[in-house]
Amino acid sequence: MAEERFDAIVVGAGPAGSAAAYTMASGGLKVALIERGEFPGAKNVFGGVLYRKQLEELIPEWWKEAPIERQIIEQRMWILGKESAVTFSHRNEKYKEPPNCFTGLRVKFDQWLAGKAEKAGAVPIYETVVTELIHQNGKVVGVRTDRENGDLYGDIVILADGVNSLLGKSLGVHKEWAPDEVSLAVKEIIALPKEKIQDRFNLDDNEGCTIEFIGDTFGMAGLGFIYTNQDTISLGVGVMVNDLKKKKIKPYEVLDSIKQHPSIRRLIQGGEVKEYSGHLIPEGGFTSMPPLSGDGWMICGDAAQMVNAVHREGTNLAIASGKIAGEIAIKAHQAGDYSIRALGEYDRSVKSSFIHNDLKKYRGIHGLFKEMNSDTLFGSLPQALNDAAYEWLLVDGVFKKEKQRKAVRTLKSAAGGNMELLRLGLKGWRAING
Amino acid sequence: MLHIVACIKQVPDSREIRIDPKTNTLIRQGVPAIVNFYDLHGLEEALRIKDEYGARVTVVTMGPPSADKALKLCVSMGADEGVLISDRAFAGADTLATSYVVALAVEKAAQEWGPVDIVFCGKQTLDGDTGQVGPGVACRLDYDQLTYVEKVEHLDEAKKEIIVHRHLEDGVERVKAKLPVLITALAELNKPRRAGLPGVLKAGRYQPVVWTTNDFPDIDRSKIGLKGSPTIVGKTWVPEPKKVETQMLTAESTAVLAEQLIDSLYATELPAKLGWA
Repeated sequence: MAEERFDAIVVGAGPAGSAAAYTMASGGLKVALIERGEFPGAKNVFGGVLYRKQLEELIPEWWKEAPIERQIIEQRMWILGKESAVTFSHRNEKYKEPPNCFTGLRVKFDQWLAGKAEKAGAVPIYETVVTELIHQNGKVVGVRTDRENGDLYGDIVILADGVNSLLGKSLGVHKEWAPDEVSLAVKEIIALPKEKIQDRFNLDDNEGCTIEFIGDTFGMAGLGFIYTNQDTISLGVGVMVNDLKKKKIKPYEVLDSIKQHPSIRRLIQGGEVKEYSGHLIPEGGFTSMPPLSGDGWMICGDAAQMVNAVHREGTNLAIASGKIAGEIAIKAHQAGDYSIRALGEYDRSVKSSFIHNDLKKYRGIHGLFKEMNSDTLFGSLPQALNDAAYEWLLVDGVFKKEKQRKAVRTLKSAAGGNMELLRLGLKGWRAING
Repeated sequence: MLHIVACIKQVPDSREIRIDPKTNTLIRQGVPAIVNFYDLHGLEEALRIKDEYGARVTVVTMGPPSADKALKLCVSMGADEGVLISDRAFAGADTLATSYVVALAVEKAAQEWGPVDIVFCGKQTLDGDTGQVGPGVACRLDYDQLTYVEKVEHLDEAKKEIIVHRHLEDGVERVKAKLPVLITALAELNKPRRAGLPGVLKAGRYQPVVWTTNDFPDIDRSKIGLKGSPTIVGKTWVPEPKKVETQMLTAESTAVLAEQLIDSLYATELPAKLGWA
């Protein structure tokens, strides 16, 4: 056992854990930051978008010192057919000042954020696995690590141990995921010369572009992405695990096939794959969020299912929740009360924050995917939209009125008739505006 | 109390090194840095002596400021102090200039924390691969050098004697030497420990001692850095894989196959070259 006692022990030096550690250490608490990877970020994966807002509340003008890749000024949304795409996009110089979001790489970003926590005074304990929580009289009072003399005691333990939170499971607040609550994302980092990236994506200097796409994923519920970094491109796709199971398709097969799509192939042509990674993403959202605190503990970030699948936001929810947990810990420390009475304030704060409200807004999404056939939603409908667009724009002497009728008919039949199309529209609307 | 100095170097993780096909140089960018693993065997032996006899263990490294991470690892394992010799003036040093500065640092460590009894080095580094710095330091300090040590058999604290096994090409040499000595460690020497939690906590807050050229008032500036390094790298290249003739053997049983293999080996010049014929 380590003789030293801490005011707070944070498990996991991802964005949630480091934000919590930074907040508490800056507030004068004695903090230990434990990470199983060789260094923070070594084991972490995300698509690649970092938002200005939430981290700014913690570290003003953070993007000026953090290792970011590009500042995003254009976001594209693609609906893919087999060899076609219907696209929407928005590009705006206003995204430059103030900046809205950036692309980043976790290996660099997480090290930087954990470094901030270290500089604020948090004691780093890396390459160390927390094997279990130590309980006394029903309260969490510390952690057991895999190192010799590895018990560590503290007044508050903050769990930020990621999507597959083993500690959350041990507390019973974190059940095993159902396959329809979690998606599996695979991602490649593809190296390309900077000039090529700038030319292919219509960018200058540090400007960045993101593309999100649905469709052409073998009729499985999934979302793909292409993000521009300085001299690499992040390309990935996340697919619901239940669909992968049903179709018996491996995630990398989806990625390999996506790379052959004519709209994507040219963007990555000549690139060299530098890195390949895979990760689970919690998709249950609002309905899967566990209780967030108890006697002596709080849980943040992915471990608490805080991912907004619709807006691809995870990292900023993690940072915000870590910050809130840190602030509650400081209050609890001042009051000398580490019981659920004091820490329960965390649940309430999260409830009044954007985390809860955004996730609540989309709580229907999960049900929509569950209820709907993925083949329709992510297969035949995107294809039908592409077919309709093709007909609409093709000049072949057919009267425009007839063309319009044809286009609508294509969509209708893909949805399974008039009523189905209406029902789908309504459900989708409710899921997003519920 | 015994005073042991362990010399370490932070090197790029050789498992992740790639070579730039255009320039034929190592791509160091983005390659994680680790402690040269032979050095860790040296440190581990120092810590075992500390555990058994009681000793003060000082770790010395020369490198950029980021090498403090390597020293923290050593402190987490049980070293008492970590010294970072860091100055722009030391940059570009070859083995001659490096051994000069490291020897000065060992002398300074002796002044600061008591006479040095043993210096441990790794047998060589993973990036330079020369194996010259250890012997160089020993020469400059006028210590007996015990290279390629695979075992420390005995240490007599009172008589100030050590018995070690040196692993040489044609056998093992058992050597008794008077302290102070410089030992270069083989991987067979021991298995470096994983730091316990109290060590990691200590290292988490530890700030290494930093020595710059100003800390060595008598330093001869013509012997350090690029200026003090007579080594010139003429050319580096990636060796082409050798193309050799391949002969496939097939037989009805393993025994016959083995016979065939031996026969065909003895039909070559190899046994004569190896002195078997």
